[in-house]
Amino acid sequence: MSQIVFIFFLTLTIAVFSYSAYRIYKFFKLTKPAYPVKEIGKRIKLTIENAFFQERIFRKPVAGFMHAMVFWGFCIILIGSIEMVIDGVSGQERSLAFLGIFYDILMAAGDVFAYIIGLFIIIFMIRRCCLNIPRLHGKELTKKNHFDAYLALSLILILMITLAGINIFYVASHTDYVGKFPISSMIAPAFAGMSFETLELIHDINWWTHILLIFLFANILPYSKHFHIFMSIPNVFFSRITPLGKLANMDSVTKEVKLMMNTETAFAAAEAEAVSRFGILDVEDITWKNYIDSLACTQCGRCTSVCPANITGKELSPRKVIIDIRRRMNEKGPKLIKHGKDYSDGKSLIRDYIKEEEIWACTTCNACAKECPLNIDHPTFIIDLRRYLVMEESAAPAQLNAIFSNIENNGAPWQYSNQDRLNWTL
Amino acid sequence: MSEALKSKIEVPVMSEVFAQGKKPEYLFWVGCAGAFDNRYMKVAKSFAYILNHIGADYAVLGTEESCTGDPARRAGNEMLFQMQALTNIELFKMYEIKKVITICPHCYNVFKNEYPDLGADFEVISYLEFLYEQIKQGRLKLDKSKLQGKRVTYHDPCYLGRANNIYDIPRKLIEELGVELAEMPRHKSFALCCGAGGAQMFKDAEKGTKEIFIERTEEALSVNPEIIATACPFCMTMLTDGLKYKDKIEEIQNLDIAELIVTAII
Repeated sequence: MSQIVFIFFLTLTIAVFSYSAYRIYKFFKLTKPAYPVKEIGKRIKLTIENAFFQERIFRKPVAGFMHAMVFWGFCIILIGSIEMVIDGVSGQERSLAFLGIFYDILMAAGDVFAYIIGLFIIIFMIRRCCLNIPRLHGKELTKKNHFDAYLALSLILILMITLAGINIFYVASHTDYVGKFPISSMIAPAFAGMSFETLELIHDINWWTHILLIFLFANILPYSKHFHIFMSIPNVFFSRITPLGKLANMDSVTKEVKLMMNTETAFAAAEAEAVSRFGILDVEDITWKNYIDSLACTQCGRCTSVCPANITGKELSPRKVIIDIRRRMNEKGPKLIKHGKDYSDGKSLIRDYIKEEEIWACTTCNACAKECPLNIDHPTFIIDLRRYLVMEESAAPAQLNAIFSNIENNGAPWQYSNQDRLNWTL
Repeated sequence: MSEALKSKIEVPVMSEVFAQGKKPEYLFWVGCAGAFDNRYMKVAKSFAYILNHIGADYAVLGTEESCTGDPARRAGNEMLFQMQALTNIELFKMYEIKKVITICPHCYNVFKNEYPDLGADFEVISYLEFLYEQIKQGRLKLDKSKLQGKRVTYHDPCYLGRANNIYDIPRKLIEELGVELAEMPRHKSFALCCGAGGAQMFKDAEKGTKEIFIERTEEALSVNPEIIATACPFCMTMLTDGLKYKDKIEEIQNLDIAELIVTAII
């Protein structure tokens, strides 16, 4: 009976999750190419350093350490969750026990991590609500974002409590249990007075609560900022591996410029293959990399906390810009899929989501990109927004239009004659 | 040494040298600030002085030099950037230039990382890398007593630091001067921008509660330096403005690393 119930919930979970995944896949199909994913060896190395060794997150050592422990704990506990699924489907108990000593290590580590993660989650919650950490309270964060954060923390906390419950009552109800549970086995004797049936019932309640919450959590994630859990490792793997200072070349522009510069083909330039749009105005112009960045972002705000513009009170917040991509995709994506690429709802990413004031405040210093533990690339996205404003609308601030004409006329951003270029030697 | 910088300095110009059938080993790319910014012109002169001092085989483009297009690209004008870049690349090819030394980190970054996409094929060397190499090779000798004991803080330019991971060479050069290096709380990859990058140099800042250059200047002042060392023309403009704003310009000097080296040259 319980097998049937389990299989029903598992199937339901997989079905709903598949739907969510397919929805996101269709959103990805709306995006444009970014760069070819080459140098796989380098990418694997980067993923190991950044994801599995949590290199970047240690730039903030205290919060970084706690995050790393939670991450490593999850990796261990995940194996236990897989075992629970096998047990649930097959009706067995502890089906990975055949791994012997390795199983003992796995269970022991999982047991210790359950308590550590539980404790750290409580600290994270206190930090979020009671300590005044500016990056956790940015004005771009909505009520839903804050709710999201507490929901995820609460779910993880309950997962850890029930995991501890499973371990404690498994040990308490068995004299010949498999695996090692260093902390739970110390707590278990406290329940020695209970009957076997009661212990087993409490164990089962914990077991079912734990696995059903995992199923629920997995289906909340694609709609929450904690989709991070699925997307962050891929985001690191697919991240831009060129130096931070490098901007991608716009090959469509190169074609036009080359035609223009060659006197014989100058007239053909106007007829050169039409590019749908230079730069990014709205969500249909973004690349798959911009979109995966927005899905991986967990709104930690490390980017915004180091942004020189944000620190000095400007409107720009790199975190907001990335969050906006996802918000806009959720709004416009389904309609683009339904009504086709030319659909317009009269709104756009620029102006309705990201103000020009934000776009022009960036110093391209790359502090945000350097700080992001997931290698999210904010500056190149902001430059693509500028490319739209300048090349499609000629909507640069007046002072920048002035440097454009100076560069065109006298080869320098300032209005000096080229003939004076050696005056510094005097 | 500063005496030597007061008079005109002889600098080989590419078109003339090339006409004599010579191909200099290095092109010294002066950049717009080196050519036109009154303060930074002295940095260009200081670096040329060092090049002459060690007898480097180099030339400048002089009146043929033009903007790299970097500020246009970072302000979103890709069309203008590419026109500048392709024109410059043609000129470099004509003079068969193989090695380019830059003093400006923005020029360095755009040449090194972005010009190759448009067909450029030359080595790009930051003047800091070049100077350090000369010291290592023994061609450039410094007198550590000249600046000994001076308290110096170094402001990392974003386009050398985070953009291209050049953090140690400027610090090694500062060490060669025998000064005391005092790091700001935010340094190396954590360094705060001066506020001028991404074409901000050429426009007013957006509305905020503070100017970025003041925030950074205050941070520099917090370590009580006698000298703020910079390695970028725009950082220099910003931090010098910050010192003026804070009324510290009389007490604290803002000098480029090239200028510090000229002071200590033997």
